[in-house]
Amino acid sequence: MATEKENGRKKENSVMDKVLHGFPGSFFDPEDQGAECSADYSEPHGVDIRIVGLNKSFGENHVLKDINLEIKAGETFSIIGPSGTGKSVLLKHIVKLEAPDSGRIYIDEHDIFAEMKRGTSRDYRYSMVFQTSALFNSLSVGENVGLWLREKRVCPEVRIRRIIRDKLRLVGLQGKEDLMTSELSGGMKKRVAIARSLAMNPDLILYDEPTAELDPVTSDELARVIMDLKKEVSLTSIIVSHDLNFAFHLSDRLAMIHDGRIIETGTPEQIRASDNPHIKKFLYTTTKGISGV
Amino acid sequence: MIAKLLGQTIFFFKEAPRNLPSIFKQLSDIGIGTLPIAALMAFFVGMVLALQTGTQLALYGTQEVIGAIVGLSMVKELGPVMTALLVAGRVGSSMAAEIGAMKVYEEIDALKTLEIDPVRYLAMPRMLACLLAVPALVIFSIIIGVLGGGLISSVTPAINVPLSVYFENLVRAIGYEEIFKGLLKAVVFGGIVAHVGCYVGFKTSGGARGIGQATTRAVVLAFILIMVADYFLTRLTL
Ligand SMILES: Nc1ncnc2c1ncn2[C@@H]1O[C@H](COP(=O)(O)OP(=O)(O)OP(=O)(O)O)[C@@H](O)[C@H]1O
Ligand SMILES: [Mg+2]
Repeated sequence: MATEKENGRKKENSVMDKVLHGFPGSFFDPEDQGAECSADYSEPHGVDIRIVGLNKSFGENHVLKDINLEIKAGETFSIIGPSGTGKSVLLKHIVKLEAPDSGRIYIDEHDIFAEMKRGTSRDYRYSMVFQTSALFNSLSVGENVGLWLREKRVCPEVRIRRIIRDKLRLVGLQGKEDLMTSELSGGMKKRVAIARSLAMNPDLILYDEPTAELDPVTSDELARVIMDLKKEVSLTSIIVSHDLNFAFHLSDRLAMIHDGRIIETGTPEQIRASDNPHIKKFLYTTTKGISGV
Repeated sequence: MIAKLLGQTIFFFKEAPRNLPSIFKQLSDIGIGTLPIAALMAFFVGMVLALQTGTQLALYGTQEVIGAIVGLSMVKELGPVMTALLVAGRVGSSMAAEIGAMKVYEEIDALKTLEIDPVRYLAMPRMLACLLAVPALVIFSIIIGVLGGGLISSVTPAINVPLSVYFENLVRAIGYEEIFKGLLKAVVFGGIVAHVGCYVGFKTSGGARGIGQATTRAVVLAFILIMVADYFLTRLTL
């Protein structure tokens, strides 16, 4: 009975799907191998990022204090640090969702905020996995993942469907296209958000707490996805994570942010060996147990 | 700020063809969704109007003109205003709540990172749908209201105006000009409802509480603006 209902729903969905997104392929060649994406959707090229003297306050609350940071093209870079120190706010500056009070961010040596004012368009693709996932509630999982492709008319519809399927498989959610986002668990939402970001084939991808709601096994799988991605394509990844094992395992370099300042930058080995007391305490608490107990 | 949003929304009208699915979705939400309740309301408004005015006119023996009075009131005033208030309460509030929730839960930010302009994606289809659906609803309400008035005029012994007389007077009183004025109001009111709903939605902050406040704020603001606009439109088109 339940399955019958489900099947009925699926069918209805797919008819609606076709009305909304057009009929894929021709009758003769439903998989339409010739359907190619536009050149826009080519191989990503990692971008380099330079943050200079960035300051941001919300009212009295001085959140980011003179942030200076360099991230190289193709690098996987992690930002670690205690809660409420401005990690998410920093990421939002890099994707231009927040504007700084002072300071600049250069991406491939272009000042992004000056360009934003001038209205010139970017020639790189960036994408952010939000801490809250920020999936579109009114869309299904598949529509969330395919939204950018469909809005930008990057590929023919057949191809888009294949990309959606592939990206969902990559995050371990194969066949979940027709679920609504309200039917997902927190961890599933995060993974759909990751698939949605990957569907852009971004040059720069930012993950805000990608593993926060994942179980250890899924989070290992996600680490493998990010590793594979790094091997296959040269994109720049920035990861904000509390999960130090995850961050150390994946990152080429890390930065520790404390109270709005970057207090240390280095390779995983350098961070582990640092004798900055804040870092030592942070590493100790998050990897070994509870300090002082 | 409120003017900037309006400018951007109108600017994106040129992108309407590629947003057809979402425009149709909004049209059906606004138009078809409001239709039954608009009909019910218009029917009763028409009946009350005929009952009140008709019995008064009958005192002076001039009840034949009831058709003209009901017709003109419905076309020029009650049809547009009642329908717009109804749409503001039903649709404007839900626009503010929906967009407000998207703002609060960072969906608007996510749209921006996907290079999708929230004004084009969210405000433009709603605005276009309202501009089309509200006049359609108004026409529909006027017809139903006029029918309700006619029914009451003919069956109430105290009024006792046969339908033929009712409609004869009605048709004589209403020309293209009256209909145009009524529909102009409908278009303006529709624009107000959509614009207020979207604007308040985009301005929402402060979690679930903020969403609730946005909903009420959108309705109150739309009501006020509709009444103010009604006054000025009536003056201008006298
Ligand atoms: N839109 C905003 N308006 C006002 N204050 C804000 C805003 N966004 C962030 N803040 C403040 O900025 C500070 C840093 O917030 P942020 O979200 O960057 O922390 P975080 O390092 O990401 O913490 P967590 O690890 O818990 O996610 C907090 O004190 C927060 O209150
Ligand atoms: Mg955060």
